[in-house]
Amino acid sequence: MPIAIKNLSYVYNEGTPFAVRALDGITLSINAGEFVGIIGQTGSGKSTLIQHMNGLIRPALGQVFVAGQDLADPKTNLKAVRQRVGLVFQYPEHQLFEETVFKDVAFGPTNQKLSPEEIEQRVVEALTWVGLDPDEFKDRSPFELSGGQMRRVAIAGVLAMRPQVLILDEPTAGLDPRGRDELLDQLSTLHAKSGMTIILVSHSMDEIARVATRLVVLEQGQIVADGPPRQVFSNAKKLAEIGLGVPQVTELMIALRQRGLAVPPVALTVEEAKQAILALLDGGQER
Amino acid sequence: MSAIIRMEGVSFTYDGPQPKTALQGVSLSIEQGEFVAIVGRNGSGKSTLAKHFNAILTPTSGEVWVDGISTKDEASLFAIRQTVGMVFQNPDNQIVATVVEEDVAFGPENLGVPPAEIRRRIDQALAQVRMSEYALHPPHLLSGGQKQRVAIAGVLAMQPRVLVLDESTAMLDPVGRKEVMETVLRLNRAKGMTVVLITHHMDEAVQAQRVIVLDEGRVVLQGTNREVFAQGERLQALGLDVPQVTSLAKSLKQAGLDVPTDILTVEEMVSHLCRLLSKT
Repeated sequence: MPIAIKNLSYVYNEGTPFAVRALDGITLSINAGEFVGIIGQTGSGKSTLIQHMNGLIRPALGQVFVAGQDLADPKTNLKAVRQRVGLVFQYPEHQLFEETVFKDVAFGPTNQKLSPEEIEQRVVEALTWVGLDPDEFKDRSPFELSGGQMRRVAIAGVLAMRPQVLILDEPTAGLDPRGRDELLDQLSTLHAKSGMTIILVSHSMDEIARVATRLVVLEQGQIVADGPPRQVFSNAKKLAEIGLGVPQVTELMIALRQRGLAVPPVALTVEEAKQAILALLDGGQER
Repeated sequence: MSAIIRMEGVSFTYDGPQPKTALQGVSLSIEQGEFVAIVGRNGSGKSTLAKHFNAILTPTSGEVWVDGISTKDEASLFAIRQTVGMVFQNPDNQIVATVVEEDVAFGPENLGVPPAEIRRRIDQALAQVRMSEYALHPPHLLSGGQKQRVAIAGVLAMQPRVLVLDESTAMLDPVGRKEVMETVLRLNRAKGMTVVLITHHMDEAVQAQRVIVLDEGRVVLQGTNREVFAQGERLQALGLDVPQVTSLAKSLKQAGLDVPTDILTVEEMVSHLCRLLSKT
């Protein structure tokens, strides 16, 4: 099990008038190979939680284990943990700095003193994962690329470390719809082919419904729902209460059911909604 | 109605070792009181266009008039920027003070607005973005969404006639986005504020009366929200998308159902489906 969290709490600015309890007794296990979506309002504790998962914040109250290592233990090498758990921050393209795409993606492996051949292999692999042709992009300046391409270079930089777990904080923020779809497709492919554990923090129910196999919903530092998207979305009322929505096609299913129509409570995709409506109309005609 | 912003044949090229043309012959006008959304993929020229609305950039060729004044008229820069208020994507680059209400006061103070009036504007602006209870908080302790609402309040306190939001909702959560959208819709409807919303979120763009689509620095499509979003395939070819219910309407139509393809909301879809069911 790559990540196990037990009764984790965290307070920012403790002892000041601005003290905020960001995490409040979180217990969560993430298994190898899962694709987990973490959703919650701004301020619900999502960012604080993921920073605990790769040792950026040392647990003060409660425990975090990454591959069996206790991150609260001062003897644990947090640098080694960060290699195992790659974290892609919001707007990661702001952290690009090298002259070429190659050098930027190679930064991590180069610091690990890997052989040039190994570094090259990793850069090529990482760029391919994010859908950038290595031959076309490796010698270009990252600053001449489009916003979407820059973001993918930044993600490749994390992938070049070959983490076992990849955490992405709002990776599609600010991308146009095509850029968003491409990135989500690449993450799905990466997950399917490499078996990497992926944790995606997002505000968008539509995108989480498409890619994640498990949803964890945070509210005021606590986990208020945890399960497959279909199960979590079936409780739309609760999600609405904590300020989260459901995919628009699920909203449609709910509205139709309120009119007494027999459709499933949840639709994750447009195609599912279409099938539900066609079935409904067929039923109507038979009567 | 009269145009509060008018552009004629605007082209703009960024200087540099490799000059980059961002706008090519853009002509458009924003009428007073309108709510216009501008959409387009990354790099289509949206932000460059927005920066022409209040003379942050001036055209390489062509001309822009704000309330009848050319943005080339440097003496009128102050009046232009007061007419058109801009809210940007990243709130961290827009907040200057150490207390929320001081940040909101920054603009009016620089305009020499009397203290009592500044107080009134702060209270009103913070109420409009639902941040009144944070008036005395330090901005750096706020979440991204809260900061953005403060940035919007700061612009509102200048009492501009046009509010331009350049992907200002990109970093907000669904509630934050909804609040900002409700705020700008309310300002538009109740106060007649002209709103130009630049966004990647199609569910926001459908709420505008008019939608302008940019691609490679040109206006490639414009019309009412319904006209534009009915063209799903065209939008997809331009790297954009349509709301899920609009895409559902199209695929139901293809499956032989009698539904219009310009449905924009869940409510519209429900009423059309109920009508179909009552016939069978």
